[in-house]
Amino acid sequence: MQDLLDLESLSKQDIIGLLDLSQNMVEILDRPIKKVPTLRGKAIVNLFFEPSTRTRNSFELAAKYLSADVINVQKSGSSVEKGETLWDTARNLAEMAVDGVVVRHQVSGVPQQLADILDVPVINAGDGSHEHPTQGLLDALTITQAKGSLAGLKVAIIGDVLHSRVARSDIWVFLALGADVVVSGPPALLPQKYEEFGVEVTADLHRALTDADVIQVLRLQRERQSSKELPSLWEYHLRWGITSHSLSWAHPDAIVLHPGPQNRGVEIDSEIIESSRSRILPQVRNGVAVRMAVLFRLLGGGHDE
Amino acid sequence: MKHRALLMDEDAIRRALMRIAHEIVEHNHGVKNLTLVGIRRRGVPLSERIAANLMAIENEAPDVGSLDIGLYRDDLANRPFSPVNQTSIRAQMVDRKTIVLVDDVLFTGRTVRAALDALSDFGRPTAIQLAVLIDRGHRELPIRADYVGKNIPTSRLERIHVEVKEIDGIDRVYVEKMDVAEETE
Amino acid sequence: MSSKDETGWLIKDVRVIDPFRNVDSIEDVCVDGDKIGSASERKDYVPVDGQGLWLVPRLIDMHVHFREPGFENKEDLQSGSRAAAAGGFTAVCTMPNTHPVIDIPSLIQWQQDQAKNMGLVHIFPIGAISKGQQGQELADLYQMTRAGAVGFSDDGHAVMDARLMRAALSYSTTLGRPIIQHAEDHELTAGGVMHEGSISQQMGLGGIPEEAESVMVWRDVELAGLTGGILHVAHVSAPGSLEALEYAKRRNLRVTAEVSPHHLLLTDAAIREWNFNPVTKVNPPLRTEGTRQLLIQAVRQGLIPVIASDHAPHHQDEKELPYDEAPFGISGLETFIGAIFSVFMVDGLISPLDLFRRVTVGPHKVLGIHYPGLTPGAPADFTLIDPQMRWVVDGKKFYSRGKNTPLQGTRLQGRSVATMVNGEWTMRDQEVLK
Repeated sequence: MQDLLDLESLSKQDIIGLLDLSQNMVEILDRPIKKVPTLRGKAIVNLFFEPSTRTRNSFELAAKYLSADVINVQKSGSSVEKGETLWDTARNLAEMAVDGVVVRHQVSGVPQQLADILDVPVINAGDGSHEHPTQGLLDALTITQAKGSLAGLKVAIIGDVLHSRVARSDIWVFLALGADVVVSGPPALLPQKYEEFGVEVTADLHRALTDADVIQVLRLQRERQSSKELPSLWEYHLRWGITSHSLSWAHPDAIVLHPGPQNRGVEIDSEIIESSRSRILPQVRNGVAVRMAVLFRLLGGGHDE
Repeated sequence: MKHRALLMDEDAIRRALMRIAHEIVEHNHGVKNLTLVGIRRRGVPLSERIAANLMAIENEAPDVGSLDIGLYRDDLANRPFSPVNQTSIRAQMVDRKTIVLVDDVLFTGRTVRAALDALSDFGRPTAIQLAVLIDRGHRELPIRADYVGKNIPTSRLERIHVEVKEIDGIDRVYVEKMDVAEETE
Repeated sequence: MSSKDETGWLIKDVRVIDPFRNVDSIEDVCVDGDKIGSASERKDYVPVDGQGLWLVPRLIDMHVHFREPGFENKEDLQSGSRAAAAGGFTAVCTMPNTHPVIDIPSLIQWQQDQAKNMGLVHIFPIGAISKGQQGQELADLYQMTRAGAVGFSDDGHAVMDARLMRAALSYSTTLGRPIIQHAEDHELTAGGVMHEGSISQQMGLGGIPEEAESVMVWRDVELAGLTGGILHVAHVSAPGSLEALEYAKRRNLRVTAEVSPHHLLLTDAAIREWNFNPVTKVNPPLRTEGTRQLLIQAVRQGLIPVIASDHAPHHQDEKELPYDEAPFGISGLETFIGAIFSVFMVDGLISPLDLFRRVTVGPHKVLGIHYPGLTPGAPADFTLIDPQMRWVVDGKKFYSRGKNTPLQGTRLQGRSVATMVNGEWTMRDQEVLK
């Protein structure tokens, strides 16, 4: 494995390997000294062209717990703002002998494009509406911890699935691990063609949640209203919001995930976030472990045989 | 061509582990405040067996934990990627305890060095001792074992294989000699 | 200034494919000065061995972007004309989305003057439909026609305003020149960068549904019916558009259409294969295999009478961008013949005469340009094609400034080996001579 650009192209074996590794990294977070010397002397660049404090912090802590050095490059104040192309920025960073590049960009495919020109590992920290592979892995890890395995589970992904990189990564990893995946939300925001991949696509929330074991609630981007795809947020809440009422349709032991940050009272009610059903905080913790595992997998070791 | 020679069979291993258990009891005046830490992978079943022996001798069981030193290796860049396994140690098993590290073979000492580094991330033990089934020499660091099942002088061209029932389905130790031609490949 | 040296050329034993005269036979073709001659008149012709080659008169690409004035870093009239000569074209129609927009007679005249000076390719300019291509007010179509414009288009954008489109179409009846619509509902394509389908949904790229094109084609066909106007639909790429064209045909409306080689050769799978490299980014986007087959069928049946490159060169810097930010367009002139050969000829889907009809008679008719075919006295404009030549596309070797092609590295069969314009060779053996 040279880069982590998407989960779609990952084999089941690679996915399971990364999840096992992640589970073993969770233990490090419980230690009094949360630092192992594994990546001592390695330098990692967080190249964030889209603001995301949470993901960037998570990657930064993951790298630091592994003793790597990290620098953060953001769009504002960087040479990119002075007209330098992304390509030149990346080439310059590579020339400074960094060992890995973590990229977040608002356009799908940028991590792949950078991987094509860089020799060091590139890790996709979320690109456009394409993928967010570490989020997909941490969701799978969180579900595995709660349910033992994803095989045979019904997982419902609710919201703006069409524009969600989280949903896309989730779908590939959940399918690879044997779950039944159903997506639901306003029809204009659903990827109708996903039925070709064995995903059930329905606007009917009741149908989607019935007997669901896991509910992944996507963040609703408020821009969707101005792009004419949605009526009011309140109407969205009435039809696709996760409330104690809609949750009652799911399996009694169903767990609820959310990639954050939450719009409380829009896609999910506060009482659900704070209930025992919620696995939102474990998701955050697992995120660090997954990113440690990915960094270790790509940077901790010589070349693959 | 490879030449194999059996060094220890099941009985020999059993006797060696029992002797090590007795030495641990004698040296530490019992098993109080003792934690056995097996180094992944084959040190782990060996530590569990020594713990069982201690239970049989003293009627009291020490804490047992396992440690994967994969994240502490000093030669990561020269090896292909290999995954790390679960580490099951908690701070309360380390602080103010006497730790007995258990591994199958003591060779260069680099694994033990990594294990010492790892342990120090969990807390501050009173003392750390080392138990190994085989000591084959060729140390590269100032490290020695407190308890040794069997000393086996080897050449660097030889490989020592320790197999245990829990992982390999059989208990035995054998040496494999490699032809010089093969070694220089 | 065309030089009038009285060189005579005799292309011997060449397979003449002349859709203007409906001729496909082995002949000798003589060139006398800048005209087609007749073999009996002179004896001092320079012989050219045409064995194994095809000779096609007056290949015209009725949809190219030469970017001048305003975007000369992408292409200019000279680099574009050289690309046309290299690709085997004797004539092109330049689209008016330059800066400033070609919307006044003097700019139409200027382009043709430049072309005459260069002597590389005939340029038949297309003028803008609306002033500045703003979609607000009709440009002076009559004056541009008098200056030499052969059609009108706001290409790059659609005429969204139905009322303006109605006016343009009805005005076209007084000019005899087509209104060329880049059919796209911009509200439906907003944010789109590739065909909307399972691949766009997998890759998380904004989708452009086929219906964004076909709703506009249907609207325009209805307006052509309302006005009796001359409508030509540029680069069709949607099944619904084909149905609208069939409907127009049944009603005998003056509606024609063109298709681009890349839509006949490639599908949206190429975007996956190119891994987000924006070299595949083109508008209208590469469609599905099903649509590609329908487009091939429509060309075979004659529902689509024109194939045109939509040659849209861009500077390399602009293709080294994130997919969403890169401009649309493929540099298409120099792969045109290889591409259409590979689609139609290799499997014998269509006769050579019918294939080249769509790059000769078809566009001449749409634009109302007269060319008599290879008869004595006709301008000596023709192309020699080696139908057997196999070659690998390398954008770096293009004469065009636009090196952007998703066919990079593709093996094609069929290539132009010589081009003559007004009795002068503009290209021989892939080398442009001016």
